[in-house]
Amino acid sequence: MAAVEIKDLDVVFGNNQAQTLSLIDQGLSRQEILEKTGDVVGVQGASLSVNEGEICVLMGLSGSGKSSLLRAVNGLNAISRGSLEVQDGDNSVDLAHCNAPTLRHLRSKRISMVFQKFALMPWLSVVDNVAFGLEMQNVGKKERRRRALEKLEMVGLAEWQDKFPHELSGGMQQRVGLARAFTMDSDILLMDEPFSALDPLIRAQLQDELIELQERMKKTILFVSHDLDEALKIGSHIAIMESARIIQHGKPEDIVLNPSNAYVEDFVAHTNPLNVLRGRSLMTPVSEGERSGGSLTLNANENSEVLLEQGCPVGAKRGAESLTLTHWDESESLDKVGKDMLMVTTPEVSMRNAIELRYRSGQPVLLAEDDKLVGMLSDRDFYHALLGKHFTQSTDSEADAA
Amino acid sequence: MDWLTDHKLPLGDWMEAFVDWLTWNAAGFFDAIAISLEWVILSLVDVFLWFPPWALIALVAAMAWGLHRKLTLTIFSVAALLLILNMGYWTEMVQTLVLVLTATSLSVLIGIPVGILAAHKRWVYTILRPILDLMQTIPTFVYLIPTLVLFGLGVVPGLISTIIFAIAAPIRLTYLGISRVPEELLEAGKAFGASNTKLLFKVELPAAMPSIMAGVTQCIMLSLSMVVIAALVGADGLGKPVIRALNTVNISQGFEAGLAIVLVAIILDRICKKPGSKEEI
Repeated sequence: MAAVEIKDLDVVFGNNQAQTLSLIDQGLSRQEILEKTGDVVGVQGASLSVNEGEICVLMGLSGSGKSSLLRAVNGLNAISRGSLEVQDGDNSVDLAHCNAPTLRHLRSKRISMVFQKFALMPWLSVVDNVAFGLEMQNVGKKERRRRALEKLEMVGLAEWQDKFPHELSGGMQQRVGLARAFTMDSDILLMDEPFSALDPLIRAQLQDELIELQERMKKTILFVSHDLDEALKIGSHIAIMESARIIQHGKPEDIVLNPSNAYVEDFVAHTNPLNVLRGRSLMTPVSEGERSGGSLTLNANENSEVLLEQGCPVGAKRGAESLTLTHWDESESLDKVGKDMLMVTTPEVSMRNAIELRYRSGQPVLLAEDDKLVGMLSDRDFYHALLGKHFTQSTDSEADAA
Repeated sequence: MDWLTDHKLPLGDWMEAFVDWLTWNAAGFFDAIAISLEWVILSLVDVFLWFPPWALIALVAAMAWGLHRKLTLTIFSVAALLLILNMGYWTEMVQTLVLVLTATSLSVLIGIPVGILAAHKRWVYTILRPILDLMQTIPTFVYLIPTLVLFGLGVVPGLISTIIFAIAAPIRLTYLGISRVPEELLEAGKAFGASNTKLLFKVELPAAMPSIMAGVTQCIMLSLSMVVIAALVGADGLGKPVIRALNTVNISQGFEAGLAIVLVAIILDRICKKPGSKEEI
């Protein structure tokens, strides 16, 4: 079920809303509209559906409208046109037409927010900052301290409860920001570039913590980021925005494999595919492999091949010497992988693990599904992905021709 | 040019007519204010004077120590008050103190809400700004005359003139503090479901507090600087001996009374300053 359903949403900042909207319909660009009416188009014609328990990352350069869209979800930005429905129990509330009490109800029970620059109250101690949202709801002091402390423990800052925000490092301050949002026990979390103000090591650490917390808490998260690596790491879906529009929305792997235009391609070209791509999208399928009788050639130079019986790999040999087939799945340790073992794993294996298997065994990696061999990964497939040639078909064929 | 000087605009006459109109039509109102304010101030003075001087000195010392934990400040306050007692200005000092504290309380009571309103409504500030400028630049003696006419001789016109002069500080600094609350804190407040009242009391006022407190301290100092002028219209206090000394060219009396005012100013300033104000955000 969709927790947040956005349809044809426009957000305009300025005083000539009606005129600006009609100019949008006439197809004028943002710049032209700014010159004509002095209004800034924040979001234009956005449609997006975020399911429960999903982390949807809004990705784009600064000024692309990602923050404007996020802030429309809790009413910090007014909606000019279109609808934005937030699930509230069995009802759904349209943010475009909702009164102040309803909005306050949504903000205190359904949606919490984490800010880029933390936005902690400097005069409140850490625990009182975490309890801030409860204080807005007139929860008693004892009760809200108890609940705040619970969440502070979750982010590992319980012993800092009586300190003030300025005594904490940036990473710790943002953990307080996270705890403050968690304390509301709301199902939807809005995160506006929460880790951008932190240094890279702390950022990676907090990303990991967020992923871990999410596994337990199953919130619906809308996350704004300008960093595709971050988006790919934490997002279950990614919506890419460019000049106020959503230009592509899909799963991380789809984005990396099929960028919809040059803008997205540019992003993807500078990203690290190791954690995103899976075996299936990299492999050379069995159908394209070189066969000789009942076996598939692994490496023509070494004269190695794998024996197939009704599509299932049953053995392998290099020249006269036979190689052992070993099954491995991602819950197992990589330490058991030794030289010259021929590894068989699932097509869902991550590129990072596949390369590790290839590196430790010195052999290509076989991918099998329901015991049937579906493809294999050799060096060429890995280089292909690392050089970003997997999505540009034209370059691909050129390389092959060369 | 002759034509211009011959036809003088009767600005002063208009003002006089206005004040006359007020005295004729609202005399009861102004008398009521004058009587009640005078009663408040005189009772407060009586209360303070009922205590023996050493009790008040001990109270000030306790405040200095309790708020700031500074031995030098505590010793200085005690020594300064003992000196004032020794010079024979204890009663006048108490009268001045009461006048200053009453003027400050009224200024703060009116000034902070007005400052908040000005920060929230742009048009209020647009109207208010020239008025505040006027109140701070117009020579004090000029509005001393109508206040004298309206409230009669005594401590009340002194108090009103002091408020007119000092109230701009809390208004301006409250306005400044509230309008400079970081946007992100306001957004955080709203995002966590704060109502407008909650937003004011739980986000805006705490965030503006350093600025507001600076306004209160400034207000105290401005009020104190008015004691001599208040004495001109009959307000009791340390201003009186200064005026008397001026009229009789009495250098020693002038020096002693002036010194007493300076000492009171230093004590008030140091005690009222926010403890640990270097930590201001």
